[in-house]
Amino acid sequence: MRIEIAGQNAFIVYFAEQTSAAVSAQIQAAVDNILASMGETIIDLVPSYASLLVLFDLDRSDPFKVRQLLRAALSNLDVVDASAGNLVTLPVYYSLESGPDLELVAERGGINVEAVIEIHQQQEYRVYAIGFAPGFAYLGEVDERIAAPRLSTPRQKVPRGAVAIADRQTAVYPAVSPGGWNLIGLCPQRMFDLAADPIMPVKVGDRIRFSAIDREQFLAQGGEL
Amino acid sequence: MSGFSVRQPGLLSLLHDRGRYGAHKLGLTTGGPLDFIAFDWANRLLGNDANATCLEVSFGGLALQAELDTSFVITGATAPCKLNGNPVEQWCSASIKTGDLLEIGFASCGTRVYLAVSGGFDIAPSFGSSSTVLREKIGGLTGDKLQAGDHLPCTARRLSQAYCLPEAERPDYAAEVSLRVVPGYQQAAFNATQQWRFFNSEYRLTDRCDRMGFRLEGENVHSDIVGMLSEGICHGAIQIPADGQPIVLMNDRQTIGGYPKIGSVIPLDTSRLAQLSPGAGVCFEAIGIEQAHSIHTLARARFQRSQPQPC
Repeated sequence: MRIEIAGQNAFIVYFAEQTSAAVSAQIQAAVDNILASMGETIIDLVPSYASLLVLFDLDRSDPFKVRQLLRAALSNLDVVDASAGNLVTLPVYYSLESGPDLELVAERGGINVEAVIEIHQQQEYRVYAIGFAPGFAYLGEVDERIAAPRLSTPRQKVPRGAVAIADRQTAVYPAVSPGGWNLIGLCPQRMFDLAADPIMPVKVGDRIRFSAIDREQFLAQGGEL
Repeated sequence: MSGFSVRQPGLLSLLHDRGRYGAHKLGLTTGGPLDFIAFDWANRLLGNDANATCLEVSFGGLALQAELDTSFVITGATAPCKLNGNPVEQWCSASIKTGDLLEIGFASCGTRVYLAVSGGFDIAPSFGSSSTVLREKIGGLTGDKLQAGDHLPCTARRLSQAYCLPEAERPDYAAEVSLRVVPGYQQAAFNATQQWRFFNSEYRLTDRCDRMGFRLEGENVHSDIVGMLSEGICHGAIQIPADGQPIVLMNDRQTIGGYPKIGSVIPLDTSRLAQLSPGAGVCFEAIGIEQAHSIHTLARARFQRSQPQPC
């Protein structure tokens, strides 16, 4: 673990060179410890794959004190079992109609479309980070057979709910946006809904499973084509 | 509630308080005024709360009609400002009454003008802040920039005494800008030659500068990094993608990203950067985090000590 300067009022803590469920659990424990022990000094935190950005209030503290408090907060992490996050199941309508890049992903992996759909549902993913756009959760890691690089030309418009793959990451687009990930299906569940409580169905550290639904179920659950 | 009605919205006029903090866990960015210095002075000159909601008018073109008697002040970029056709001095608070027309023309020096009203605009916070972030459609009246016909609510609160910031204390938007940088993040992955080049070259603002980031052009700078995991990005971070051209990430930046960063510009200087136009030249200067902290503390103390003059 190392603490580096990020900016005038920011440190970034690097936990490992690579990401893993264990590293992610460690970061979660660090978030809890920092919030508990440093309270009002902290203005925001950004957990990601293997790092944690810590933003502090310059008018309440200074970089020397903050570094010292950070060291203390990171020294006795009570890391809970990596599988402790909530398990959230997200329904997905996988089809060539809703997943225009399914064939591309299949071809790349030397498998057929059915196998891509099967493999995507086979495992539990972990929410490693939330960012890029409100409610965009980065999930990892997909089986190597369905890992696919970003499109060389990003789409101008990816629909809300698009289930996508980029390298070994997968995600559900929370809103219409430009995007370069490979689209394999559509999820009717809103990933960022101001009217819902909670606003997001997932948080960093949660575990996600995808479960196939058919066209009718997708439409019945509020999905739009 | 009465307030102001928008006759002409201007090119890009956005309601902002000091920004949205604590919502990064939902992927929300900070927003807030690009030029904190001019924003803070606007609220100070009216005796407002430091976090009161103001209008950030980029480039100009705004016309508002008052529906109440209150006080206002215009700070930031130099622009022709008129009240019922008569010139209004910037950096000086003044009174406005029902039916008056307040106009902010196009900026001649600097690019961001700030309009504060006594007590601030009354905007319901979203995630703890009124700041408008267009790409998130959050904040302000409806998550959008100002439109003709919008109504900006505020409370009638006419101040009996007007205050001016003495000219000597106003920022000089025509001055050369050297951006002070706290080196950090992947700094070590930029070798000595690359760092020398970065801190000793002049860069120019491209026309791709917006509230997310300011793209600069000049000497190419490269790191030894081939691929890295996405990580949290702080305000002012200087991202250097594979093309070697730096991008200074501003208030509406994405909260995480995977490009190498050489360090971060201090907020006092991103305020200066935000006032520049495409084609303007800037240099980067490395300072330690200790020095950055001293600069911040000194600037804060000066701000507290400066006394606006009654006028």
